[in-house]
Amino acid sequence: MVRGLLRLLVAAVPTLLFAPHCLAQANEQFIPLPVYKTGPVSAVGTGMYGGVIDYFDYVNKKYGGVNGVKLVWEECETAFQVDRAVECYERLKRKGSTGALHFMTYQTGAIYALTDRARADKIPLVLFNSGRADASDGRVFPYSFPIGTNYLSANTAKIRFIGAQEGGMDKLKGKKFVNLYIGNAYGKETIPLLEIQAKRYGFEVTHIEVPIPGTEQQAQWLQIRRIQPDWVILRLAGVQVPAALKMAQRMGFPTSKMLGVASAGSEEDVIPAGDAAIGFTAWALGPSGRHFPVVKEMYDLLYTGGKHGNMEDPNRVGSVYYNAGVINGILTVEAMRTGQAKFGKRPLTGEEIQWAYEHLKLDDRRLKALGAENLLAPVRLSCADHEGGSPARFHRWDGKKWNPVGDWVPTDRALVRQWVEGSAAKYAKDKGITPRDCAKEGA
Amino acid sequence: MIYRETGQYKISYGADEQIFPIKQDRYVILAVLLFAFLVMPFLGNDYWFGAILIPFLILSLAALGLNILTGYAGQLSLGSAGFMAVGAFAAYNFMLRIDGMPFLLAFFLSGLCAAAVGIVFGLPSLRVKGFYLAAATLASQFFIEWVLTKFPWFTNHSASGVITAQKMELFGFAFDTPTSRYLLTLSIVTLLALFAKNLVRTRTGRDWMAVRDMDVAAEVIGIPILRTKLLAFAISSFYLGIAGALWAYTYLGTVEPQAFELNRSFQILFMVIIGGMGTIVGAFFGAAFIVLVPIFLNLLSSGLFGGAVDPGMLAHMEQLVFGAMIIFFLIVEPLGLARLWQLGKQKLRLWPFPH
Repeated sequence: MVRGLLRLLVAAVPTLLFAPHCLAQANEQFIPLPVYKTGPVSAVGTGMYGGVIDYFDYVNKKYGGVNGVKLVWEECETAFQVDRAVECYERLKRKGSTGALHFMTYQTGAIYALTDRARADKIPLVLFNSGRADASDGRVFPYSFPIGTNYLSANTAKIRFIGAQEGGMDKLKGKKFVNLYIGNAYGKETIPLLEIQAKRYGFEVTHIEVPIPGTEQQAQWLQIRRIQPDWVILRLAGVQVPAALKMAQRMGFPTSKMLGVASAGSEEDVIPAGDAAIGFTAWALGPSGRHFPVVKEMYDLLYTGGKHGNMEDPNRVGSVYYNAGVINGILTVEAMRTGQAKFGKRPLTGEEIQWAYEHLKLDDRRLKALGAENLLAPVRLSCADHEGGSPARFHRWDGKKWNPVGDWVPTDRALVRQWVEGSAAKYAKDKGITPRDCAKEGA
Repeated sequence: MIYRETGQYKISYGADEQIFPIKQDRYVILAVLLFAFLVMPFLGNDYWFGAILIPFLILSLAALGLNILTGYAGQLSLGSAGFMAVGAFAAYNFMLRIDGMPFLLAFFLSGLCAAAVGIVFGLPSLRVKGFYLAAATLASQFFIEWVLTKFPWFTNHSASGVITAQKMELFGFAFDTPTSRYLLTLSIVTLLALFAKNLVRTRTGRDWMAVRDMDVAAEVIGIPILRTKLLAFAISSFYLGIAGALWAYTYLGTVEPQAFELNRSFQILFMVIIGGMGTIVGAFFGAAFIVLVPIFLNLLSSGLFGGAVDPGMLAHMEQLVFGAMIIFFLIVEPLGLARLWQLGKQKLRLWPFPH
């Protein structure tokens, strides 16, 4: 028995590691998915990648793929560890007939570690509403695409949102803000920009760090109570959010004066906090709800009649992370369409999809046709701008669901671009990269 | 039959004091090295170098460093990843702030920095022992992480705290392909492993082992406890520092404190325990087990059950199997994989005869 098993193992290893992968045939597009369904942020991973996979499945089932090219994918578990993500990237980058289409992850640390590799391998790193803001400068980072609203843009929208709540940007003068951030790359990214905005609008901002893992925040909230701020920005993620909400309740700090960011504004973040979360407002990574036509159609196609999509808990279909996954799926498929319009209706290489992303244009009409109106804001990318700087949307938790607050809030493009280009130029200098000349590349 | 030392006479002191006194051992090691240096560069691809071999070699080096401290000198430490972080950040700052700094020198200096920090945090070992010392070294882990995130000078005022490692160039040759990085890592790890193998056979190494086995007795026979323990901390941290610098430069290409969090310390300690305390080869076995087995399980499960079973479920199953394997190996051989290796060799000496 043991011997038999051993023999099986010995036989399996070379086949698994060395055999050419014959999974993807000619008319299939291979897409690697570095999922994190275990580990500290499995709630994000299951929702997000569940949405992506369901959307791919939906496109395959409903339309037979993208212009006849079937989508195939492989999940690779990273447990949100950078080295495992790198391993997944290396494992899957050459699979399929044309190699990996792109590599999509929300792991900021992995994005940093993969930037140089992806450039060398010509595989775009795609992430929606996420970090590494300086990679928005496509002249220095041709293969990085932080599409939508990167963390810095979202931050400017957040200040504008607070301004609107206070009754005008001039009312911000003399107000006291606290930026409660988690001590990692994601948490620290917005500090310099907040300082600039504080000077411009005349508010005062105190940065208070929550060390990882961030479930213990007593000292920080005592400090907040001493400061008596007008607003507290929660730049936290995952389990740190309910911890903060509960602590705020104990300290008697009103929830309505707290504002969360993308990774603090999902169902999974507020439900554990119970009552303490009612009235909490956050930037919506993706809007919540099953009422968007595309999400509804996906649910009907994949989850009704005894069928089961990728989500273990069908009730999570339409949650914030799930919808963010659907948005990622839409961006992938629309980029493929753009690319196929130029290169022909066949599987695309990383280099071709890079061109496609730079020419991606999703206007209101197209979004409406997709059934994704108001699910995401229109996106338009270019050679220099890999972000698009879409407006941001905020929502408030009422104890049962997230309700949108106000309309789309525009971001401060000029301010963000200035910072992005400065940071990218510094990176280019350090690395000895000559930025591309976008004017020369033309259309 | 094959593995027998009959007829191998040692007729000089040199022959008697060789690292590998048995001819077969020498051949095996030589063959492994030749394979790693000469054949592997042609066999491997990006995946093997960039995702498997480089991290394996670096973590082997880290395990080797901790093994010097824990396995040879008997001082339990939970701050390994902290010392790796010191190495990585020191290398970054040397490269950044000194113009024309050769990267090998920067690596060496970063090792010295880590050694200095190691000595400071090794001081409690003179008073506290065992689990208490582990708790004290835990403090170093948190302290180092805190310092590196708190003071932006270390990250050159980078907003996100993640910095990109500089280019590595030696006489105009840039180490930018996975193959060249692999060979660079392999060379450094081989040299340091050789050094460690020799070091533990010198008076220093024997002092360490004496302190490990009974420090009072060691003191009575005239071994300076202070010097011996701090030297173990210094050399162990030097190794860890170099490993940290390699992790940042030859593997990830980025330097961030989160790469060196507490989990990494535990990982390295488990490598030492599973590989075999107080052995050099054990560090490599342990690293292979901890790094390669999860990846192998992942490949195997997706190969065998891919599509049939939900991948999220599989991911949890892999952890379960991995945990079971650790328990299995520790029950079968509490002294680690290196001990199994040694037993195997002893059996081979008699084979095919029963005794």
